[in-house]
Amino acid sequence: MSAIPNTGASQMTILAAINNALADAMEADDRVLLLGEDVADTEEGGVVGVTKGLSSRFGNHRVRSTPISEQAIVGAAIGASLVGWKPVAEIMLMNFTTVAMDMIVNHAAKLRYMSGGQTHVPITIRTMTGAGIGNGGQHSDYLEAWFAHTAGMKVIAPSNPVDAYGLLRSCIDDPDPCLFIENLPGYWAPGDAPTKGTRVPLGQAKIVRQGSDVTVISYSRMMVEATNALQLADSKGISVELIDLRSISPWDKPTIVESAAKTGRVLIVHEAVTPFGVGAEIASTLSEALFGRLKKPVMRLGAAYTPVPFSKPLEAAHAPNAERIAQAIKTLAAG
Amino acid sequence: MSKASSIDRDIQRAIYRKMYLLKANDDRVRKMLRAGRVVATYYSYRGQEVIPAALSVNLTDGDYLCTIYRGIHDMLAKGLPLKDLWAELAGRIDGTCKGKGGPMHLTYPSKGIMITTGVVGSSMPIANGLAWAAQLEKSGKVAVANFGDGAANIGAFHESLNLASLWRLPVIFVCQNNRYAEHTAYARGTAGARIADRAAGYAMPGVHVDGNDVEAMYGAAKEAVRRAREGGGPTLIEAMTFRFQGHVIGDGDAYMDKQEKAAALAADPVPRYRARLLEAGGATEAWLAEIEAQVEKEIDEAVEFALASPYPPMSELERDVLAEETVS
Repeated sequence: MSAIPNTGASQMTILAAINNALADAMEADDRVLLLGEDVADTEEGGVVGVTKGLSSRFGNHRVRSTPISEQAIVGAAIGASLVGWKPVAEIMLMNFTTVAMDMIVNHAAKLRYMSGGQTHVPITIRTMTGAGIGNGGQHSDYLEAWFAHTAGMKVIAPSNPVDAYGLLRSCIDDPDPCLFIENLPGYWAPGDAPTKGTRVPLGQAKIVRQGSDVTVISYSRMMVEATNALQLADSKGISVELIDLRSISPWDKPTIVESAAKTGRVLIVHEAVTPFGVGAEIASTLSEALFGRLKKPVMRLGAAYTPVPFSKPLEAAHAPNAERIAQAIKTLAAG
Repeated sequence: MSKASSIDRDIQRAIYRKMYLLKANDDRVRKMLRAGRVVATYYSYRGQEVIPAALSVNLTDGDYLCTIYRGIHDMLAKGLPLKDLWAELAGRIDGTCKGKGGPMHLTYPSKGIMITTGVVGSSMPIANGLAWAAQLEKSGKVAVANFGDGAANIGAFHESLNLASLWRLPVIFVCQNNRYAEHTAYARGTAGARIADRAAGYAMPGVHVDGNDVEAMYGAAKEAVRRAREGGGPTLIEAMTFRFQGHVIGDGDAYMDKQEKAAALAADPVPRYRARLLEAGGATEAWLAEIEAQVEKEIDEAVEFALASPYPPMSELERDVLAEETVS
């Protein structure tokens, strides 16, 4: 039993869904390994307990706590994956991926290509991040655009327990390196519980709510803010099509383009800073696909172009929230 | 008559054959580059032949090798076929990596050649992972990570040695100390007289050895490989050597100590070992001449094969990025 059992209840937290996905993947395939700082139960199954119970159940040889050595963690995962293992490496916080960028970008992402297809790197790198709990400038960043800009890897960011479970299972199954982004403040948010074994395909967005006036595209924690925005006065009476991108790279261009063609008004919301971000890529693609057919310029709503501040009011103002999203929807819908 | 070798005669001969192959191949690459028949950025390993030749006779095809941009000698000694190598150097479809990796990213898994990295120090974290796999599989395989003296100053070295020792991984860290990190002399970039001394900080054996001496290098490698295979954990070998051709082909050698370089060139380990084999009865002139001619012929054939091979078709440009592109 994992320490976070799937009780069959209809609700589950994202944290429990991820724990369940790891347990089920390890149960289904002996080649799945876990490594990272504090991941074993001697170290309490991680600083927030995402991997709790797994080393007790599957053994310390398959669930290995590591020193604080991000290059060594990702390197060990790459090496084992080259000869058939399926390591899931945890980089505790997304900002710490910077310490392992050479292993991730120069090696994991490129070995398939540089070897002419002779080798490949079926690893998953789990990492958590997100502002909102006062972690300041080096523990909160959304850096997904850097990795999405790197050919040869996949970047995934779920917003709810069902997707967290199903996308993580798909990442572990995938023959290429996947970066799986978890939102730290959102770990304990309950949602519909996943069904054991169910996969969510990588590269597919999900239309959460159908609408005809404005398309809102988001992912990770901003999906919660966007969902809340639809209840606010500013967006009342506006028919919003809400899309959870889920996979940042590869991303679901057909679904997004089709929705944008229908509504002609698009808002992209992410917690990462706005310039050079995922929103820019989507906006550019929509401009190429639908120039002249859009009713308004594509609007982006991201974090301020600053490090994440510590002080509560500044931190709260840094990233988009439901009120600002609702205002943007209203602006887009007008005229 | 010098002292008889402690190494079995067949192994002595295997080592010399590899040494000659490495030297002759490097000579040929530089000749082809000068003639403009192959265009590549090339990091010559000339002068460092003994290390991989004496190490690789202790390895099997199943053992893993992770090496670096100055690492073609490591790969040839491990069994990389000349034709595949030369076609890759020339950027052709018949190269190890279909011409898409080049001299800095040669890969040949069937001989255990798992990665070549162009980033200083990055062979080590990945070698740990291969060693971890061997440990999990109880296969008795070992992983070798090659790197230069400059790499002992990058974080990956320290992270890797610590993890390897902590997990008792079957890995051999082979520092080929050729006295220069790019253009910087050892003492101007590295604190401490010996890199091997750093092993003590990670609770693993550290061996300082003359990497141009076949007997010494063979002995150090054999012991490290035995220890790793038997579950005794990692070893750091610092093999002292010298690179004859500078950092990259075409660089000046103004940063090098002239006397040191002259002495190193005069002590070229390849003809030196040849003479020793003759003196100590390890091989006859006829045998040596025959295998040298054989090697030259194999290189001739490889060069001819490579230059006749086509460049990769444009369909290769976007293939092998992800599995989806590979199958499409």
